[in-house]
Amino acid sequence: MRVLAALSGGVDSAVAAARAVDAGHDVVGVHMALSRTPAQQRTGSRGCCSIEDAGDARRAADVLGIPYYVWDMSERFERTVVADFLAEYAAGRTPNPCVRCNEHVKFAALLDKALALGFDAVCTGHYARVVAHDDGRRELHRAADAAKDQSYVLAVMGPERLARSLFPLGDAPSKSHVRAEAAARGLSVSAKPDSYDICFVADGDTQGFLRDRLGSQPGDVVDETGAVVGTHDGAYAYTVGQRRGLALGRPAPDGRPRYVLSVEPVQRRVVVGPAERLEVARVTADEAVWYGAVPAPGTACTVQVRAHGAPVAARVRAADDGTVTVDVAAGTGTGTDGGPAGTAGCGEGAGLRGVAAGQSLVLYDGTRVVGQGTVRATVSPAGLADARAHA
Amino acid sequence: MLPSAVDALTAALAHVGNPSSLHTAGRSARRTVEEARERLAASLGARPSEVVWTAGGTEADNLAVKGLFWARRTADPARRRLLVSAVEHHAVLDPAFWMAEHAGAELVLLPVDADGVVELEALREELEGHPDAAALVSVMWANNEVGAVQPVEEVVALAHRHGVPVHVDAVQAVGQVPVDLTASGVDALTVSGHKVGGPGSTGALLVRRGLDLTPVLHGGGQERGVRSGTLDAPLLASFAVAVEAAVADREEHAARVGTLRDDLVRRVLDAVPGAVLRGPADAARRLPANAHLTFAGCEGDSLLYLLDAAGVEASTGSACQAGVPRPSHVLLAMGVGEDDARGALRFSLGRTSTAADVDAVLDVLPGAVERARAAGLTSVGV
Repeated sequence: MRVLAALSGGVDSAVAAARAVDAGHDVVGVHMALSRTPAQQRTGSRGCCSIEDAGDARRAADVLGIPYYVWDMSERFERTVVADFLAEYAAGRTPNPCVRCNEHVKFAALLDKALALGFDAVCTGHYARVVAHDDGRRELHRAADAAKDQSYVLAVMGPERLARSLFPLGDAPSKSHVRAEAAARGLSVSAKPDSYDICFVADGDTQGFLRDRLGSQPGDVVDETGAVVGTHDGAYAYTVGQRRGLALGRPAPDGRPRYVLSVEPVQRRVVVGPAERLEVARVTADEAVWYGAVPAPGTACTVQVRAHGAPVAARVRAADDGTVTVDVAAGTGTGTDGGPAGTAGCGEGAGLRGVAAGQSLVLYDGTRVVGQGTVRATVSPAGLADARAHA
Repeated sequence: MLPSAVDALTAALAHVGNPSSLHTAGRSARRTVEEARERLAASLGARPSEVVWTAGGTEADNLAVKGLFWARRTADPARRRLLVSAVEHHAVLDPAFWMAEHAGAELVLLPVDADGVVELEALREELEGHPDAAALVSVMWANNEVGAVQPVEEVVALAHRHGVPVHVDAVQAVGQVPVDLTASGVDALTVSGHKVGGPGSTGALLVRRGLDLTPVLHGGGQERGVRSGTLDAPLLASFAVAVEAAVADREEHAARVGTLRDDLVRRVLDAVPGAVLRGPADAARRLPANAHLTFAGCEGDSLLYLLDAAGVEASTGSACQAGVPRPSHVLLAMGVGEDDARGALRFSLGRTSTAADVDAVLDVLPGAVERARAAGLTSVGV
């Protein structure tokens, strides 16, 4: 096959490209330029936007003996990822820019251009497995290394794009194996630090980035009764489930920690309350993508709502309009979904907590990705009980 | 590299010695350097004492723009205008922008016509409109992207009428068109080794006798204090041999590649819908080895990939930061729209180019353009 290997300048994509070469494919390396004004060097744990990264990508291509090109995707990236990131936060939702980048840039603009130029597939360093069946069906599965699994951020691409994607690292036992392989292959990026943060937020300070780009929009922090318990400089900087950084002047009357329950940017209001109010019994998502047949109503699956969350047992109902609803029975989950960083700790057997509109909902059957949607609304256990009582 | 340049380099490499040293080995190296200087000067209509060695064309351009500006402004503080053509190589443009930002220069970009030829009328107006204010005029001998040969003689006549020295970047012109420092009246002339089959990192600024030049590199005082730095005798010997050979062979080479180029351009224009030749259509006003075409609706880098995969090597223009392709400043200055400018391809013919190579381009180019157009459309949508 003619394979376009996306080279970020990091170790994963370099080893993935090397494995594609080993597999006998005709491989061409492409580095996507995502910023019009790239920094000279990487700062901190930032990945894939600096001239240094482009140089590392070129060097990896040299070592592999494959042609190397830089494609300017900066305009597309700004429009579909950065602008979306800002608009979603401004609307009180919690976007995942890596999901959007996969949806609009990597497995859309890049893949489309590659196909138009005569390539058969795009290869990336993502950790996920593709299982191909004899009848041509291809399934997206979790990576062999659960700690590095990236099937969650890839699920948005859908089956047609999956059919054109190669993830050679899906069966890698661990990142350290990949680093060792890079070193053995003479790839100088073998010891390069991992990137964790959002690549376009230079110093990892997402709140500062939002403040710079969206400006100050001061308002009140209120409790569930509407009583003002603090102020904020912009509701967009808060995420449902967040506990840290609320800077509330006085403690709750019962002394228990408070969490962000909802973000209402139009009213410039952030509502806080106790942890149990974050529990979610039902999630509705839209723009559903399915791998294979749409599941029958009531089909059991596991769901995941954040990149590093644990799967939670649920039952799924898909509607004809592209929405999908999952019900999570409280206390019956297979584990805890972890919650966003610095948020409500989840007890054993807890279901979903602190789910915000905008997050990606991914449905699994074991390790297989069944489908994906974008969270639009959630219902609490009490709310679901009420709804059932009235049904 | 030219075989004779390789021979000159390898022969000289066997001898150690710093040309600035007075011992025997040093004197021998000095002799190699001075013979190279005489050889280079003779090839380009200069005197040996007018040669300032540099580590390439970029350094020579920097020395000319900065050194001439500083020398002129020191002599007359009112002279701080830099008149530079809008289609200069970045090695001239960027120092000029830098001087405007950091050294008090006032940068005037001289417009070009649709063929990429500098507008003499604009130069005249700038010189007459601001008498005694110009420090320097810099106009290249021939443009590296679209091949337009510039009216050097007229530029020199206009500038000298106003007592303004002229710098000419002739990196692209040597070995392609006649280049002669004395006959042209040019005050400072940039040449480079790697464009004429010589080694990389070699170049020179030919500086007319009596012209004041403020040094940019300070140190051991080599090159009469204008350009410090230990000279590399083997590289310079090889560089001079390459220039001499390119100049000696120029007429025959130009005729041969010019014929191939004309054939290539004619056939591409016939075979590829929407192909447009950029730069002068008149072969006499264009570098003989240069063919520059735009293919509307294509991205140059897509074409580059498709051609490279088919064994045809072309280029899009000058690569920028992180290799991100940007529309060429030359095409934009010529009034070409940004979309057309993105679909630019330059074919350079060399000493080894043959009619079979032209056939090979025609075999793959029409299909590549069609495919690149389809790819261009997909990346515009959504």
